[in-house]
Amino acid sequence: MIPKIKRRQMLDMLSSGLRVDGRGLEDLRPVEIKCRSVNNAEGSAEVRLGKTLAIAGVKTSIGTPFADTPDMGVLIVNAEFLPIASPSFEPGPPDENAIELARVIDRGLRRSEMIDLRQLCILPGKAVWELWVDIHALNHDGNLMDTSALAAVAALLTSEVPKAMVNEKGEVIVNKNEKQKLPIKCIPITITVAKIGDKLLVDPCLDEEEVADVFLTATFVDDKVCTIQKRGEKGLTEEETLKCLRVAQRKARELLKIVKEVIGYG
Amino acid sequence: MLNTKNKKIVLIDSDGRRVDGRRPDEMRDIKIKVGILENADGSAYVEQGNTKIYAAVYGPREVHPRHLALPDRAIVRCRYHMTPFSVEERKSPAPTRREIELSKVIREALTPAIVVEQFPFSSIDVFVEVINADGSTRCASIVAASVALASAGIPMRDLVAACSIGKVDSVLVLDVTDIEDKYGEVDLPFAMMPNRGEITLLQLDGVLRLEELEKAISMATKACKEIYEKQKKALKEKYVELRKAIIEGGKT
Repeated sequence: MIPKIKRRQMLDMLSSGLRVDGRGLEDLRPVEIKCRSVNNAEGSAEVRLGKTLAIAGVKTSIGTPFADTPDMGVLIVNAEFLPIASPSFEPGPPDENAIELARVIDRGLRRSEMIDLRQLCILPGKAVWELWVDIHALNHDGNLMDTSALAAVAALLTSEVPKAMVNEKGEVIVNKNEKQKLPIKCIPITITVAKIGDKLLVDPCLDEEEVADVFLTATFVDDKVCTIQKRGEKGLTEEETLKCLRVAQRKARELLKIVKEVIGYG
Repeated sequence: MLNTKNKKIVLIDSDGRRVDGRRPDEMRDIKIKVGILENADGSAYVEQGNTKIYAAVYGPREVHPRHLALPDRAIVRCRYHMTPFSVEERKSPAPTRREIELSKVIREALTPAIVVEQFPFSSIDVFVEVINADGSTRCASIVAASVALASAGIPMRDLVAACSIGKVDSVLVLDVTDIEDKYGEVDLPFAMMPNRGEITLLQLDGVLRLEELEKAISMATKACKEIYEKQKKALKEKYVELRKAIIEGGKT
């Protein structure tokens, strides 16, 4: 019942162009990116979007490649919505929301070819680097999707992996003293647009998320879209869909600029 | 046959035909049968090429566990599941992360069409079993489930039709098969309520320019309208059959 009253109130405000936190419809909340705070991880990043906070860490191990891609490294993305982040999160294995989030981010990283997985091959068919990207929500105030995606990207951008070589006997040797950056090809940026009534708003906060009809999340790379996920139990017209994507594309350019400034890539 | 060891797989030949001989904008034949599982309140079977799917609907019924019930509407639950023998290498029957995600997106594709406000404190449960997988299983699941919902007599705003768009050898293609999904550049599952013109499922896995995406959506919209007609026809056929059975039953 509360969401219904909230929704009515929010629709009233939106009709006069106001959002609950005073932002414009296409404004992102302030972005904060803090990298390398986890010493034991190969890479890490804490990302804040307004009051939403997520942390991502990258760990590596040497494993065997998948049979259909014998010369490519392995990328695994996992997300946990910890009870520390919200009164509505419960301990236990990832629920459908956490699984969806991890899979959408995984597709974004994979399809943008952010990391040249071929360069993570040590011995074709035998040994490759496995990259484990673990994302943990720490404070949920809406749009965990974009916050987590950015955390994952920032963590990968700042990761340093030990050098691995193959000796004469064909054994894999890891030199932990010599580290190198991951083979980064580009930076994918994920933006979520929410629809409330007939209004489209970027980067929904929790209050907005609770009353929104539908969400469209898109990941962009070089101005092209590489992942889309429509979420929520309502529909969108074709016109609304394309409008969402155009807005997301614009915002992705803006966020990319921020990421490049903070991390100093490119 | 195709040589999968050789990385260069030709998905569109020099005549512009696909691996199975279809043109880029050609769908596979779709067979829809309604009401084939007696225990369910509504059910359907869909065969789209070699993709074969059963869908069953139970409900509206009491919610278990009870605390999930909502005072103003029915909850919709969905389980998309692949049988272990539906794919080349046996799949464990335990739900994978993929199946959990697909269950969610299928539920979110169907719910906008259901008049959930009419059934407070109840649940509508949709079960989808993939018997044989050859691409576009989530779309075929939506086609089957939406027909099953209608055949369960659940009030609906519209049927949900679905199809997938792919991009193989730089060409946009309709109704992606397994091999086109594996070796193609793009997979775009799509569902809509054709009569209301609302998109209820949209996913993209692969790089597209926005103009290409726009083209893909209009291709998908056109195909969904064709599927919509087939769904309606299948539902009507079932009721003509039922009516005939009732009249004949009355005579004896």
